[in-house]
This record gives sequence, structure tokens and C-alpha cells, in this order.
Amino acid sequence: MFHFSVVTNWIDELLRTYLPDGWALFIEFVLIGIAILTVYAVLALILIYVERKVCAFFQCRLGPTRVGPFGVFQSVADMIKILLKELIKINKVDPRLFRLAAYLVIIASICTFGAIPFDKGLHVVDFNVGVFYLLAISSLGVVGILLAGWSSNNKYTMIGAMRSGAQLISYELSCGLALMTIVMLSGTMQLSTIVEQQTTAWNIFRGGIPAIIAFVIYLIAGHAETNRGPFDLPEAESELTAGYHTEYSGIQFGFFYLAEYLNMFIIAAIATTLFLGGWMPLHIPGWDGFNGVMDYIPPVLWFFAKTFACVFLALWVRWTMPRLRIDQLLKLEWKVLMPISLINIILMALWIIYIDL
Amino acid sequence: MDPIINLIIFICLGVASLVLSVLAVSSKSLLRSATYLLLVLICTAGFYLLLNYHFLAAVQISVYAGGVVILFIFAIFLTNAKGDILQKHQTRKYVFGGLAAIAGIAITAFALLKHQFVYSGNTSMDGDQEINMQVIGNALMGTEKYQYILPFEVLSLLLLACIIGGILIARKK
Repeated sequence: MFHFSVVTNWIDELLRTYLPDGWALFIEFVLIGIAILTVYAVLALILIYVERKVCAFFQCRLGPTRVGPFGVFQSVADMIKILLKELIKINKVDPRLFRLAAYLVIIASICTFGAIPFDKGLHVVDFNVGVFYLLAISSLGVVGILLAGWSSNNKYTMIGAMRSGAQLISYELSCGLALMTIVMLSGTMQLSTIVEQQTTAWNIFRGGIPAIIAFVIYLIAGHAETNRGPFDLPEAESELTAGYHTEYSGIQFGFFYLAEYLNMFIIAAIATTLFLGGWMPLHIPGWDGFNGVMDYIPPVLWFFAKTFACVFLALWVRWTMPRLRIDQLLKLEWKVLMPISLINIILMALWIIYIDL
Repeated sequence: MDPIINLIIFICLGVASLVLSVLAVSSKSLLRSATYLLLVLICTAGFYLLLNYHFLAAVQISVYAGGVVILFIFAIFLTNAKGDILQKHQTRKYVFGGLAAIAGIAITAFALLKHQFVYSGNTSMDGDQEINMQVIGNALMGTEKYQYILPFEVLSLLLLACIIGGILIARKK
């Protein structure tokens, strides 16, 4: 198997032979920052293109076809357009909070993005409390959304922000509980260890029924966390124009847009890491030939394949289901998902004690 | 890490949190104060990260930034009319505020310098190493000396009482 740790270790040793430790570290920090931002932006472009194509196929259309073959450069053109757009000054807003809100949303998203283990050695933030860190840092985005809604001085944005706040705070609970189920199974919160434990069997197979329930709950709650699909009440275009980011223009709007797409990717990536084995190839005990063939596929590819499968699932749901009402949305969380995930935790405890050793 | 780099990061965080705390109490709009408070709390999380205490940093962000400040913001949304500007404080209040701050610093400094910390003589706790999550979990849920099951349970009972009280006040007659 080819791991990216070869490359990253090589860079590290190269820098350390020519420079003192402090400077080598500093240069590595800068390199990592650039790499993270680049991957973030490129992934956003890919996701926007994928979303437009998939959505088009679901609606029996073709989607973008003009810019480049199959329209692949459409989102690049859109990016150039949004970078060149004017930032419109809104009357009677709180300018400092107005600008800060967009940054808060995207910073929370990038910080979460940094903690995703793409491959062994391709993992920026690997804390002992990895899963908890993910939950904590992603909750910063809520503040950004609330501030954006308030500081825009607009009724639609305000309603959008309130809805979004209520939705994100509620669904964070079952998200956290679903992740907690897997933390119980693996006995650690460190993401790299969780991935490495899944060499023989992915958590979703090892954890059996409770893990599958947790996976489904996580997908639903995570999907609601991204403000998309049937849960897009905060930006319901038929009711609220564009919700909390109505008044934003140019790249500030772009920040919200990027964060939304990347949050979809992040949710899929966390689902992949915790449930589907992260960058581990698919191994079936006893089938040595099959396992050998699977090992030839690089782990990064495995990671992205699984993540994009989850992303496709999210897109499928988004373009299939009609939007929920706010009371249905809250009822789904507090009366359905929450009790199920609480019971599921007990179930997982029983599973760990009696079946999985 | 290099002590000088540590010092630079510490000074940056310290200056940022000082400036932001002053801004938090002196700002004209209530929501801006709440936002500055959020940034101060994030800086505090930065201090914990500097001490390699990742768990407390994550707790700080998720409880304060993710919970308390959002509650503050909701409360401000519900109680404050748009465009309310806070009245300027009287000079007397500034004097008393300053005195209270100095007293607070004095008490904290006294406690920090006088207190014998449990692990202060234990050299295995020195350096850059991080305390494992399992150790923290066992300390929180254990019943032996320096383990905290009783406060943990009492606190959760208190929180439950708060939730029930909140529901009782909020429910329809």
C-alpha cells in the first residue's frame, strides 16, 4: 500500500536537514495552510460541479455543458465571476459583525476540514480528542450564521438565522450521540486510531445493528447540519429569499456558499472515517486474494471514493425529498432521532459486552 | 516546541484576549459585546492548546463558544430591540469596575502562588506530553481519591433541575 506518510515524512526530513527545528516547523505550518486552503477550494469547485450535474440528471436535464468538455470548467468560470463581483455596501448594518459573520462560518468549516484523516500522514490535526474537537469546532459556525442574520438588518435573514440556530443546535445532539456510539465501540476519540482499528472490519460491520442505526442517524442529522436538502428551511428560497445570507454579495456570499458545500463534504468524510473505515481498503476475512487486490488501490482513492458515495447519497436525498415544515423538523429531531440514538447507545453497550469483544 | 515560539504565541494570545475583553465591556452594542466575549473565550481555548490540554480546549469551545454564547445571542435577539445603543456608564461605575478587576486579579494571583498543586512535584507531568483521554475519563467517573463521580452526578442533577424549571416556566397554561 502506498501511504502519503512517505511524502510528508520526506518533506519533513528534508526541511530538518537544512534548517533549525523552529524554522522547519514554521515552513511546514505555512505549507500545510496553503495545502489545506487549496484542497478546500478545489474540492468546493468539484462539489459544485457534481451537485449541478447530479441535480440535472435527477431532473432529466443535462446541467452545465458549455464550458469545457461536459461543462467541467463551469464552476471555475463561476469562481472567477464571484471573485470579480462588487461587495455591495448595505445601509444600516453593523459592518464589523456583518463581515465577521462570513469569516466565522468559513473558519469553523476549515478548522473542521483540517481534522479529517485523508490518509496515513495526510492528517493535519490529530488530537487525542479528535471526535470531540470536530463537534466543538463545527459549533462555531452557528454563531456565524446567527450574527449574519442579525447584522444584515433584514427580516428574512433574521428569520433564517433563528431557524438555522434552532435546527443546528437540535441536530448537533443526535450527531454527537451517533458519533459517541462509535467512540464507545472503538474506545478512543483519536481519529487516526479509529481508522487504524478498522483494518480487518469497518466499524459499520464490526458494530452490527447499533452501528448501522448510528450510521443512518448520523447521515440524517449531519445532512440537517449542513442546511441542505429537505432541511433547508433556513434558506428556503420560496419563503425567505435566501435566508441568512440574503444581503451578502460577491466573495462574502461565496464564503457561505463554499462553507455549505464543504460542510456536506466534511459530514460525508466524518461518516467515512468513523463508520466506513476511512482510508482502509475493503477487507473480507478469509478472502486473501480479494484483499490483496483491494490493497493495490491507494488509500487516498479509497477515502475519496467512500466520501463521494456519501456525498452522492446526500445529493440524492436533497433532490428527492420535499422541504419539511419547522415543526416537523423539530419533531423529527426531539421525538424521533434523539430517543432512538439514546436507546442505541444502550444497545451498543450491550453489543460491546456480549457480542464484540 | 521552542520556548521562544511558545512565548511569542503566549504573548499574542494574551494581548488578543486582553484587548478583546476590554472591548467586550466597553462596546456600545450588546451583540458586539457578546461577539467579543466569544473571541475572548476562543483565545482561552488557545491557551489550553498551548498547554497541550486538548480536551479542555475542546470543552471550552463546545461549551462556551457553542453553547453559552449562542444562548447569550438568542437572549439578546429576544429581548433587545434593533438598534438599541447601550447608555454610557457613569464614571463611578468605571472606578468600581476597575477596583473589582484589581481585586479579582489579586485573589487569583494569591491563590495561584500559594496553592500546592497535586501534580506539581510529579515530573512525569512535565513537558509537552498530553494527558490521555482515558485518564480524564477515569478521573471524572471514578470513586477514589482525586476522582470526581460525586460532583459530576450532583452537577448533572442540578442541570436536570434547571431544565425542568425552564420547561415549567415556558410551558403553556
